[in-house]
Amino acid sequence: MKAGYVRRFSPFERLLHWVNAAFFLFLLGTGLILYLPSLSELVSRRQLLQSLHFWTGVAWLAALALLLAAGGRRLWRTARELDRFDRDDVRWLRGRHAPQGRFNAGQKINASLFAAFTVLFGVSGLLLWFGEQDTRFRFASTVVLHDGLTFVSLALLVGHLYLALIHPATRHALRGMTLGTVNEEWAARHHAKWEPGRQ
Amino acid sequence: MDSPPVNHEQEPRRYGRGIFLATVAGGLSSLYWGKAAWDQVTGVVSPVAGAIAPILPTGGWRIYTISGHMPVFDPASWRLGIGGHVGQPVSLTYDQLRALPKTEQTSVFHCVTGWTVQNVHWGGVRMSDVLARVQPLPEARALRFTSMEVPYVDYLTLGQAELHDVLLAYEMDGQPLPREHGAPVRLIIPEMYGYKSVKWLQRIDLVPKAENGYWENLGYDRDAWVGRSNGYGS
Repeated sequence: MKAGYVRRFSPFERLLHWVNAAFFLFLLGTGLILYLPSLSELVSRRQLLQSLHFWTGVAWLAALALLLAAGGRRLWRTARELDRFDRDDVRWLRGRHAPQGRFNAGQKINASLFAAFTVLFGVSGLLLWFGEQDTRFRFASTVVLHDGLTFVSLALLVGHLYLALIHPATRHALRGMTLGTVNEEWAARHHAKWEPGRQ
Repeated sequence: MDSPPVNHEQEPRRYGRGIFLATVAGGLSSLYWGKAAWDQVTGVVSPVAGAIAPILPTGGWRIYTISGHMPVFDPASWRLGIGGHVGQPVSLTYDQLRALPKTEQTSVFHCVTGWTVQNVHWGGVRMSDVLARVQPLPEARALRFTSMEVPYVDYLTLGQAELHDVLLAYEMDGQPLPREHGAPVRLIIPEMYGYKSVKWLQRIDLVPKAENGYWENLGYDRDAWVGRSNGYGS
């Protein structure tokens, strides 16, 4: 490890992040073509795209299940970190200065929301697919849920990309998610309660 | 957000799983209230309807096609043939179709998959006017609509086709019908789900009885009344 740098994300955590990112972006792309009339007209192979979108979604859930199974104890520790909010987290969320752990409170909320969205995307996607074949699986609101999730995820994604790529104070975090390590001083400033090496 | 803790070193709260479970539960329950809530937001009576519609990049529409290629309208070669069991078969050019008495209406468009577009302004020709012109023979009890998008066909009974708000629409929201909405002309039957409103029309035939159309062969109802078919409202 380079001097002055500490490891923030394990290879496994990074793998999980980028597998998720790749599937999400591909599904977003194919989904938008199915959703936006102008793009539908341009591409117009709806059947093919619909299958591609659906089976990619299935592959995403399968890949996640595999990774969660393979992650075992390591992943459980990460999940525990994300689950727990202490007083400083609550204070931080109220906009005050409060020392944060390896994940700040916003990142914890983001992780919980995204995990829930994944479940809901999966359920509503399966219902859309099977509802087309059998009225027992057809609910008038399925499409509202699937679309609503897309809108909210897009908003979260824009915020996420802003913090990871543009905002000067936070964009160093991208290094942690690509190379795994972050600058020690940056870590001390943004994640004061985190003790690197202990995770 | 939480009650005052006893001391600073209290056990951390497990809000993460709470957020996860609440979001999943809220999302799943929306399968029951989602559409009603959304319709409330975008509904006719809502003052924000006008504000929301333009923000949505789709205006609420979703474009469904069944083949690999969306039909292209060529005004030079396109004809709308109306025949079968009729006294006066016709073959209309685009200009001839537009020269027929025009009618306009604002109606709601319901898709069987759950989305709805309010306040769509259609311009076109009343199906009942067209029927009067071609003079169905006594044995004609239904209409077969054939799309340029092969193999899309669908049927209406004569009684359904004569409903006052059934249109052959060549204008949508003041513009010529866009390609993705079925240019140059599509059927509009607002009281039924959208799969009955055949796009990219090229032929209408009067036939002795209604049969299964494209989606009906895949299990959808022939009489696709909004809220009273396809597993809804039953």
